[in-house]
Amino acid sequence: MDQIIREKIREVKKGDQAAFSDVVEFYQHKIYQHCYRMLGNAHEAEDMAQEAFIRAYINIDSFDDGRKFSTWLYRIATNLTIDRIRKRKPDYFLDAEIKGTEGLDMYSQLASTDISPSDKVEGIELQRYIHQEISELPPKYRSIIILRYIEEFSLQEISEILDIPLGTVKTRIHRGREALRKRLRHV
Amino acid sequence: MNAHSESIALMHKYLDGDLNKTEEQQLQGHLEGCEDCQAHLRELRRTIALLQSTEHIEAPVNFADKVMNHLPKEKKRMKYKRWFKTHPILVAAAVFFIFMLGGMFTDWNQDSNLQLVVSKQENLIIKGDTVIVPKDVVVDGDLLVKNGNLIIKGVVDGNVTIVNGELLESNSLDGEGLMASVGEINGELKTVNRMFDWLWYQIKSFFSGVFSTD
Repeated sequence: MDQIIREKIREVKKGDQAAFSDVVEFYQHKIYQHCYRMLGNAHEAEDMAQEAFIRAYINIDSFDDGRKFSTWLYRIATNLTIDRIRKRKPDYFLDAEIKGTEGLDMYSQLASTDISPSDKVEGIELQRYIHQEISELPPKYRSIIILRYIEEFSLQEISEILDIPLGTVKTRIHRGREALRKRLRHV
Repeated sequence: MNAHSESIALMHKYLDGDLNKTEEQQLQGHLEGCEDCQAHLRELRRTIALLQSTEHIEAPVNFADKVMNHLPKEKKRMKYKRWFKTHPILVAAAVFFIFMLGGMFTDWNQDSNLQLVVSKQENLIIKGDTVIVPKDVVVDGDLLVKNGNLIIKGVVDGNVTIVNGELLESNSLDGEGLMASVGEINGELKTVNRMFDWLWYQIKSFFSGVFSTD
């Protein structure tokens, strides 16, 4: 798959806009999920995920072919979401609660279709609770926790995505795990 | 650092797969006698399990289409830039060709203002704008005449090129009538009269100059 993506990126660089749609198709769910977990609501997640792809397209010439495209794309998405969180107005959270109802709808739909294996967390309420607790972590821990346990990147890859030293990634993941442990221990 | 916080630090190393043998034994030793730390590790593992069990979320339907519709249209300048970048040899060739053409035009214009030009002067007779290769004269090598006509009574041992002029039959000019025989050209005769021919001639001579092995 990496090879196919590499090929597509080369075509995009040559000016073939249509080749970019395959790239979007391939990464859309991952990047959307990343933004959704980072931002906590569907509305902002869609905006930022879209923006991430557009930025990637505009700056495609600055992407170094020797590196992994996914790493680069995740970095763009992560920076955008962290920027967005910083720029939120203090009264934003009132809106977020209203928008939370969209999330409820989405969870109810999902629950009826594809979750059920015993190792999956059962119940809409629990899913919502975990999601809520992730969204309340400080952003610098949140991004690492999401990348490590939801998107399953290695610590080394996370260090590349966030462009921070491996040691810092480890310190933050420890703190993030501890913070979540305290929040989720009663579940 | 007390024993508990030390063992908690080890737990995190363990969760990251960074424990060495001695640290592993140290952690195990502590866990066996400490229920609090056992519970702590259990909670950490459960936290991770909960995170990993969250369901995957999909982008909204039409997400990809929306992205594609929001992409900026490629600017023309950008297209040219890309094209130049991807075809450096073609660009170089085009630039080179433009300069070469320019050079030829200036050549042509200069030449047409000039008077008669002949490549070899020895033993040739020049009458007005007519160059004559006299009888019994052998021109050794190529002969080029610009802006004039040429009459050959003798022999040219090479190619003859006439630019802006023509090869005249000797009898038509000097009235020696049928007595005069047309001279010999032991090579090719080329008459170039128009710009296009001139260009073609230049290009050919340029390339034969570039590619000739001798």
